[in-house]
Amino acid sequence: MPITQYLFLSAFLFCTGVYGVLARRNGVLVLMSIELMLNAVNINLVAFSARLSDAAGQVFALFVIAIAAAEVGVGLAIVLLIYRNRVGVNLDEIDLMKG
Amino acid sequence: MSGLIATSYAPQNVAFWIIAISMAVAAVGVVTMKNIVHAALALVVVLAGVAAQYILLQAEFLGIVQVLIYIGAVIVLFLFGIMLTRHPMRKTGEYDNDQRVLAGLVSMLIFGVLAYLLSDEFGGVKLRLGQPTQTSAIADSIFRTYVVGFEVVSMLLLAALVGAIVLARRD
Amino acid sequence: MAEKAWLIPLLPALSYFIILLFGKKMPKGGSESGIIAVGTSFVLALIVAAQWIKDEHIVDQHLTWWSNGKVHITLGQHVDGLTAMMFVVVTFVSLMVHIYSTGYMHGDERFTHFFAALSLFTASMLFMVLADNLLQLMIGWELVGLCSFMLIGHWFEEKNNSSAALKAFFTTRTGDVGLMLGIITLFFAAGQHFSIQLINKMALEHEISHGLLLAGALLLFLGVMGKSAQVPLHIWLPDAMAGPTPVSALIHAATMVVAGVYLVARVYGVFWEGFSIGHGGLNWMAFIAGLTMVLTAALAFVQDDIKRVLAYSTVSQLGYMVAALSVGAWTAGVFHLFTHAFFKALLFLGSGSVIHAVHSNNMSEMGGLKKYMPQTYWTFVIGTLALAGIFPLAGFWSKDEILLGATKNGYPYIFVLGLIGAFMTACYMGRCVILTFHGEYRGHGHPHESPRSMTVPLLLLAIPSALIGLINAPGVLKFAHWVRFEVPGVEFEPPEHKFAVPLATFSFLVAVAGLAVAYWVFYLKTAPNKGAFERAPLRTVKHVLVEKYYLDALFVGGVVGAIKGPIARAAYWINQNVIDGVVNAVGVGAKLVGRFTYDVIDQKGVDGIVNGIGVGASETGGVLRLVQSGRVQQYALMLFAAVGLLGLALILFT
Repeated sequence: MPITQYLFLSAFLFCTGVYGVLARRNGVLVLMSIELMLNAVNINLVAFSARLSDAAGQVFALFVIAIAAAEVGVGLAIVLLIYRNRVGVNLDEIDLMKG
Repeated sequence: MSGLIATSYAPQNVAFWIIAISMAVAAVGVVTMKNIVHAALALVVVLAGVAAQYILLQAEFLGIVQVLIYIGAVIVLFLFGIMLTRHPMRKTGEYDNDQRVLAGLVSMLIFGVLAYLLSDEFGGVKLRLGQPTQTSAIADSIFRTYVVGFEVVSMLLLAALVGAIVLARRD
Repeated sequence: MAEKAWLIPLLPALSYFIILLFGKKMPKGGSESGIIAVGTSFVLALIVAAQWIKDEHIVDQHLTWWSNGKVHITLGQHVDGLTAMMFVVVTFVSLMVHIYSTGYMHGDERFTHFFAALSLFTASMLFMVLADNLLQLMIGWELVGLCSFMLIGHWFEEKNNSSAALKAFFTTRTGDVGLMLGIITLFFAAGQHFSIQLINKMALEHEISHGLLLAGALLLFLGVMGKSAQVPLHIWLPDAMAGPTPVSALIHAATMVVAGVYLVARVYGVFWEGFSIGHGGLNWMAFIAGLTMVLTAALAFVQDDIKRVLAYSTVSQLGYMVAALSVGAWTAGVFHLFTHAFFKALLFLGSGSVIHAVHSNNMSEMGGLKKYMPQTYWTFVIGTLALAGIFPLAGFWSKDEILLGATKNGYPYIFVLGLIGAFMTACYMGRCVILTFHGEYRGHGHPHESPRSMTVPLLLLAIPSALIGLINAPGVLKFAHWVRFEVPGVEFEPPEHKFAVPLATFSFLVAVAGLAVAYWVFYLKTAPNKGAFERAPLRTVKHVLVEKYYLDALFVGGVVGAIKGPIARAAYWINQNVIDGVVNAVGVGAKLVGRFTYDVIDQKGVDGIVNGIGVGASETGGVLRLVQSGRVQQYALMLFAAVGLLGLALILFT
């Protein structure tokens, strides 16, 4: 089967994730969008792994999953902290670094 | 999308397309749904779909791992996070911010670029699906070639764990 | 001996220092030092002259005491006939004056100072005569001017005397400007050399352009006009009679005033070529000399002071000498210098004797002194006859040669003026003798003959006055042979002429006529129109003469007054307003510039730029700051947009 369909799927998911990161206000939703992006990358990796019959792609995908999990954990902890301090996780309102 | 003319991979193609379309719809749902819990559930659909794609691509171990970790742990985390950070008084307001138009444009731009590049490079490349990948092969790869990476990721997980606990504990 | 000629000026110079340091303690107040020094110099001068006569060996030596590249400043001596002659004249007359002064200045409170100045003067004059380069000559020239000033103002308690000294100094100084400029011109024209022989050589061989020579000659002649009292710078000499009579005799008759004539005679190559004397007709030097001869002789007629008569006579005779040189009669001019020194010194010392006896300078208070002072009288008469040019006394020969040269070289103007001057000379000297020694005594004192210290020099001077002319009598012509102008290596001789009996006879008759007229007018007092000079129009003539052609009024009133008054005030105004104004303006201007620089350039300009940069940076930052919204998603948007665009660019351009 043509590999391009997997690649396009991956690209679509990735871009959807980008949109989500840029356009969503809630911190948790942003993290979810990041998950989308990571998964899109994983699909890409695995597709090429299948193409090249090399397990390395899948190994990479495994690592990505592990890292994504770690990142979600930490990210949610941060969101929790923000919530505690501001009672609301609107990213719009978090502009302490405003120049 | 080329390759509608079935090869001997017709069942895989059909399966792929069904899963892909549902994944796409669900992904769009993640980023557009007004209800955050619904968005989380849509994410579940996407993640499941990804697992199914893995299995289609003969990466069975990875598919299982995906289900276990993502759907089993990450989504739970998300749901907990949603629950803990809901504003009790405020109505479930707008979850989209002011730059969605630009964001949409940018994402479409990126999609266009990616699509072009990918089709340009890998236009006629075909996949030949063989036997499912042996777990032992993956294990070999991890513990021989990429053992350093494996150790680092372990440390990373540890650090994330400790960090999350430190950050989130009430004191 | 000639190589040691430098001893001749040295001895009086040493005498000067000795008198300065020890004079007061000496028994005769320093005069013995002076007499011994000058006497020895006289003897040495005679030896040098004898040696020259014997072998005619020119001594030309110098040592360089400073040099800088091409320019060499030297101290040297040049001994030839002219030098030897000057030595003899100066030392002899100086010796006579020294002896005379011991009597005349007896009892004077600055007796020692007087003799010191006399020694210094003698040394300076001899130094000048010895010089072989123009710089050294100028040093001597200036020194004699200084001594003249000192000696004229010897009795400076009287304002008149010090004024006269200053007048003499300033007038000669005016001429000295020309001298200096002339020396500089010739120095550069001759390729940066001061040597007189070299300059003469280059002038006669036409190696220096005519224009430069003319300029040099004119400038040098300006110095001559000052020092040798040519019209119009002669005004100082009559006033210089305010000094003691021995000074007048030495300096203003025989020696210092002839320094100008000596200069012309010495550097004759420049004058000959510069004024084109060989061409005849008229040149500037001749013109001035001619005026001097006659105009000043006229002035001698209206003088009451006996010394002033002699002073104007001296100026007139100086005119003769310069006139001779200006027509090319070099030997005649120098010979006249030679003879004039003797008889004029004699006349002055004689007048001094009279003044000493009568205690007055004015002839109106004299008269009939013949019987009281016979020695003075007879020596004075000899001097008068010599001056008037009566055969066979000295003046006849020298004056006649001048007239001869004037006609033969083609200067009829000088010839005519010379004759007129000869007539007038005889006439006014006759007047002088008659008024002083003849008639009845008009004074109030008891005149008596002067002491031996004064009459002996008179006698000694009378001898050469009478006889020295014969040295150059036709057939003898020794003077012309011994003292001549020559530059080694150059074929040049000023023109010489044979003695012309008709001309000589004519000039002799003119002189006799002058004496006769004087006798007629002043002695016999039988001339008609005796009071002619008291009535117009001749009264105007007399008035003009008495006022000395208003030259003094011109110089003192006009020039000096203008300088003292308006010019000085104008100069002061310029100084205060213009010069100080400029300086102040510069200061104020600098302050304004400083303030402007501070206010505008520094504060506004430079600081503006600096502040502007700062403000610009801060404003830019302010604008750029807005990018930093603090919102992460905005950053992410920009990030992804950039990625997308880059990718697009990648696609499009590769």
